[in-house]
Amino acid sequence: MLEVNSLAFSYGNGPVFENVSFSLKKGEVMCILGPNGAGKSTLIKCIAGILKPAAGSVRILGRDTAFLGAKGIARHIGYVPQQNEVVFPFTVLDFVVMGRAPHLSMFASPRAEDMELARESLAVVGLSELAERPVASLSGGQGQMVLIARALVQKPSLLLLDEPTSHLDFGNQVLVLETVQRLASLGMSIVMNTHMPDHAFLVGSRAAALAGGRLVALGAVETVVTGKMMSSVYGVKVAVREIEDMKRKVCLPLRGK
Amino acid sequence: MFDCRYSRTALVYVLPLALLIGSLFVGRYQTPVSAVVDESMKAFSSLFFGTPASVSTQHTVLFNVRLPRILAALLVGAALSTAGASFQGIFRNPLVSPYILGVGAGAGFGACLAILLWDNYLLIQLMAFAFGLLAMFLAISMGKASKGTGTLVFVLSGIIVSSIFTALTSLVKYVADPYDELPAIVFWLMGSLATVRYGDLLYIVLPMFVGALVLFLLRWRINILSLGDEEAKALGMNVEKMRLIIIVCATLLTSAAVSISGVIGWVGLVVPHISRMIVGPNYSRLLPMSMVIGASFMLLVDDLSRTIVATEIPLGILTSLVGAPLFAYLIRRGRMGWN
Repeated sequence: MLEVNSLAFSYGNGPVFENVSFSLKKGEVMCILGPNGAGKSTLIKCIAGILKPAAGSVRILGRDTAFLGAKGIARHIGYVPQQNEVVFPFTVLDFVVMGRAPHLSMFASPRAEDMELARESLAVVGLSELAERPVASLSGGQGQMVLIARALVQKPSLLLLDEPTSHLDFGNQVLVLETVQRLASLGMSIVMNTHMPDHAFLVGSRAAALAGGRLVALGAVETVVTGKMMSSVYGVKVAVREIEDMKRKVCLPLRGK
Repeated sequence: MFDCRYSRTALVYVLPLALLIGSLFVGRYQTPVSAVVDESMKAFSSLFFGTPASVSTQHTVLFNVRLPRILAALLVGAALSTAGASFQGIFRNPLVSPYILGVGAGAGFGACLAILLWDNYLLIQLMAFAFGLLAMFLAISMGKASKGTGTLVFVLSGIIVSSIFTALTSLVKYVADPYDELPAIVFWLMGSLATVRYGDLLYIVLPMFVGALVLFLLRWRINILSLGDEEAKALGMNVEKMRLIIIVCATLLTSAAVSISGVIGWVGLVVPHISRMIVGPNYSRLLPMSMVIGASFMLLVDDLSRTIVATEIPLGILTSLVGAPLFAYLIRRGRMGWN
């Protein structure tokens, strides 16, 4: 469904990352871990077609995105930015329906059926009652959900989330992660950057660690999020323990030496 | 789904027509209702049935002096407001005016040069139009040649182009004949519709129609551009191409307006804000509303300019005197329709 082959990117002064390859099946969630500045966001933007990779290819449903064009990519891939700054106070519904853009011709405006799709996707993230509110008046968590709703309206087969929980409080982080899990169970493939290794245990079926410009680990979450790997990726002592009564692993920082 | 909010909004669309009719009565020369109706019937029948045209003074005042000026005010107001609203959207800044890319300064220089060289009315307009477009092309090519990306480089290029043309305008003023050409230049730069004739309208109608039509058709896309380059791209938009199309169309509107009216400030800045207060920020509704409000606002101000005192007050002065306090009032109310 998604194949990333030897992808590389450079801003002109040395590569940000190179030789990044992985693939993803339908309904899988891939968590990309790594320290700040490792190029996680850049990688996501390359897959989304926002940035042009220096080398390598991205194939979605077997087709190379280099030949799909921005509109073609946007019909298959929904991109959810970290947070957005709207200059003008669009209503939530007007904002979400913008996700229909890749499906409309250049001179067209959204029609009734597009508005209906926008309402449906607001319902999916549980924000139906906020449809007429200005986007800027929403809380951080609601804002993130609205961004997800806008990406869903694109009817993508792949969703890219760039640190969706980074500005959220604890409760909202959990809500967003639950939404991610629900979407995956409905068959959506998801690639998600996260700064919390623990999130990979919560939602991920697969994980990758990006550090020093390359993928240092890739595979099932249990094989990537290990004490040793996380310690070397983040440069601090980390332990991974099994919580027996929850049947789940957690990743914790160790204090001192 | 009947919404009384929308029906009230619909009423605003009738405003320009009502003002057009009302403005026919406004002026130093008295025109009673019966005369206006009578002359309108005659003009109508001469236009459509070929009866001999009326030659009365009233006919001349109404249809050769007032009507072309009224139509020009409507067109210029609508053009500047549409351009202003579009520029605000693509530059993601509610404080942007139609002159952001140096179109006003360029057109001003073109007109001053024409006054200095030829003093021919038609050439003044053509030079203003041409130099307005030239300023935009300079700003865009400068923006494209620079290493930076996004809208900021365009804004900076606009400032550079503006300041060059402003300096050149000063140079023209400096060498102009102080008794004859200089007053003409100064008066042109202050903006006026006093001398507009049908012939002038004829040649601005086409660029205005093209610019306004394309912007009207693309109006929903301006919403998406206002989200910023990366998000617009992620939503499948060819950002560079779309931005260029919108800039060119908005500049066509601005240049055409400036070429017959001179540089008129504030309209293109304030009207989009008033419109945003009425219909909200969605360009699907905002752009048509800006056209209507802009046309109405300009016509009202022009009516003022030709009635409050015996000699005309230049339009550019009045739009600032009316527009600036209005803007201050809107800021005070805190209902700008943006964050």
